[in-house]
Amino acid sequence: MQTSTLVSAEDKRWRLIRATMRRHGFAANALIETLHTVQEAFGYLDEEALRYVAKELRIPLSRVYGVATFYNHFAMKPQGEHHCVVCLGTACYIRGGSRVLEAIEKAAQVKAGETTPDKKLSLLVARCVGLCWLAPVALFDDEVASEATPEEVAQKVGEWVDHVSS
Amino acid sequence: MYLPEDELQRIDEEERLLKGQYKHHIHVCLGANCLNAHSAQVLSALETEAKARGLEKVCSVTGGGCRGLCVAGPTVTLEPDNVLYGKVQPNDAGDIIASLGGEPVERLNRPTDNPFFMRQQRIVREMEGRLNPERIEDYIAAGGYKSLLKALNEMTPAEVINEITRSGLRGRGGAGYPTGLKWKTVAKARGEHKYVICNGDEGDPGAFMDRSVMDDFPHRLLEGIIIGAYAVGADRGYLYVRAEYPLSVKRLQLAIRQAQKQNLLGNNIAGTAFNFDLQVRVGAGAYVCGEETALIASIEGKRGQPRPRPPYPAESGLWGYPTLINNVETFANIGAIIRNGSAWYASIGTEKSKGTKVFALTGTVSHSGLIEVPMGTTLREIIFDIGGGIPDGRKFKAAQTGGPGGGCIPEQYLDLSVDFESLASVGSMMGSGGLVIMDDRTCMVNVAKYFLEFCKSESCGKCIPCRVGTAHMFDILDKITKGEATLDDLTLLEELCDTVKHTSLCGLGQSAPNPVLSTLRFFRDEYIAHIVDHVCPAGVCEFEKEAVR
Ligand SMILES: Cc1cc2nc3c(=O)[nH]c(=O)nc-3n(C[C@H](O)[C@H](O)[C@H](O)COP(=O)(O)O)c2cc1C
Ligand code: FES
Repeated sequence: MQTSTLVSAEDKRWRLIRATMRRHGFAANALIETLHTVQEAFGYLDEEALRYVAKELRIPLSRVYGVATFYNHFAMKPQGEHHCVVCLGTACYIRGGSRVLEAIEKAAQVKAGETTPDKKLSLLVARCVGLCWLAPVALFDDEVASEATPEEVAQKVGEWVDHVSS
Repeated sequence: MYLPEDELQRIDEEERLLKGQYKHHIHVCLGANCLNAHSAQVLSALETEAKARGLEKVCSVTGGGCRGLCVAGPTVTLEPDNVLYGKVQPNDAGDIIASLGGEPVERLNRPTDNPFFMRQQRIVREMEGRLNPERIEDYIAAGGYKSLLKALNEMTPAEVINEITRSGLRGRGGAGYPTGLKWKTVAKARGEHKYVICNGDEGDPGAFMDRSVMDDFPHRLLEGIIIGAYAVGADRGYLYVRAEYPLSVKRLQLAIRQAQKQNLLGNNIAGTAFNFDLQVRVGAGAYVCGEETALIASIEGKRGQPRPRPPYPAESGLWGYPTLINNVETFANIGAIIRNGSAWYASIGTEKSKGTKVFALTGTVSHSGLIEVPMGTTLREIIFDIGGGIPDGRKFKAAQTGGPGGGCIPEQYLDLSVDFESLASVGSMMGSGGLVIMDDRTCMVNVAKYFLEFCKSESCGKCIPCRVGTAHMFDILDKITKGEATLDDLTLLEELCDTVKHTSLCGLGQSAPNPVLSTLRFFRDEYIAHIVDHVCPAGVCEFEKEAVR
């Protein structure tokens, strides 16, 4: 798969990824660190990247895939332009976090863990973002919505994905 | 000849001189929460304001750490007046600078002579709010790294271990395993290399104690880890930090570079023959990686799945080498024990649980935040004195401790002393320090369902009792909250609790039934109300079908 345009183009991002592998002497245990760099560079892990990493670190592709899918932090699909993270940690849950999530799912017509078809919004769920006294919390990109109500959040995502509101 | 003591002394004196030039010190919290509330802007506004008034030589404006009162963020601490300001905005800077030396700004002032501050005792969070986490000099001027030098120069590894054993320190990662005993086992194990791992995975929802240690006191943590490495004879180490804590990662990496520069990490540490290399590894969002064998697999670049113990990591851990693995808060206690002695430490706390514990106090309680109290403090003191009670005139219902594998403690046990044994005796556990307060609007069946949902989705899938059992338990709880379950389902649920608890491979599965068992023990009537009467006493669950009688 070295023939791939991206890899051979010596895109600066691939150089970053190689640098991570080099720093760890191309050892197999550098896999997770390398996947972190791939995700930082490209926003998600695609098949091409997985194949490349497998080849360079001399690890079976199946194991690379196994690791990539085991960890929640790694996204296997391109992410949306905006992110919405709804906290479902204990404090947020008991204060109605799941109703906030439902409202967003309905307003943006997207399920948790997915991205809208127009790639405007990715909806994610977190288990405690460490702001429990503001519960329930939702993060819109990096902005914190505290004591979020279903109405507020629905309006907020509506601004991002105006197409579905009709 | 290079003498590290002299170097520390020099830094200490320089710092004193530097700080002595100023009449006032303004510390702006740069913890994750206050940063979130734009404290960095507050810091620069204060700097600008001080300069504009020509006071930059009279008052210093620096970053500090968390004061624990997270509801009040961004917070600003003034010294030497010991004034705490809360909810400070950049445009408050003028008033703050103008009031220096006079009366504090009334609208921002947060009294610190109340139980929230007075009832706490700080070892892990000593000097909270007053140390700039990004400067090793601040830590050194506060007596930092002296314990490390004392250990290296005046104590043998065995003496260090004895001191830790005598202190009675127990692991803060949840299980409360005696730290000295663990260190002794690793010290005795043979291996070409030995590793030290610091567990900074902190995955329990509602827990951010370890994050605050990593963010605010990175050097205190490093000092503890290095002393641990010396005691067990380790030459390499990893600090495993969860991916959700980028600020911790950044601060720890910076702290490691600073310590290396001062020759407190690396080869021939402080001029001795002791070598120790420490690196940060970032997790990737898997709760089970907090379990020690899963964490080790993750550092090895594998799926984070636990393996059966024995062999314990102390004998065969990372890449098969003897490995010491301790929690962040455990390591953060070490420096103080070496400095003040084991007798001092052992005088704090209860007979079997020594020292203090940091809790993240959240849920329906007035003063949410981070607190550190001596072991043995009662729940009532924590919730009602320090925490200020339940807001909105609601009634206390339960305190949830121990994270997803913990339990809910009802009102009748409010006078329970918070220590490892007492919490276990009522079917909960200490866990890592998350303490979620629930008021009478909380449905306990729903809470149990919540934790089962958590365990079900975080189960690594390796062993069947946990993978299938938690899913099945969740389904039953889901049915109960929808009013679709029968009393037979309840019997089945209880059987499942027993099976999953006793046959799962790791702590995740073994403790997953605890939230169900503890809510069944204290709130069984709520289960019955859902099943038999189709009502949710707390008014949380919605039922589609009417009760059929
Ligand atoms: C499912 C599960 C999750 C755990 N999560 C953590 C964690 O986030 N942090 C931690 O320090 N220990 C965690 N532990 C406990 C560790 O396995 C280990 O006992 C601990 O890090 C040892 O340190 P200590 O002796 O200092 O407590 C977890 C255990 C289990 C079973
Ligand atoms: S539970 Fe949502 S921020 Fe902690």
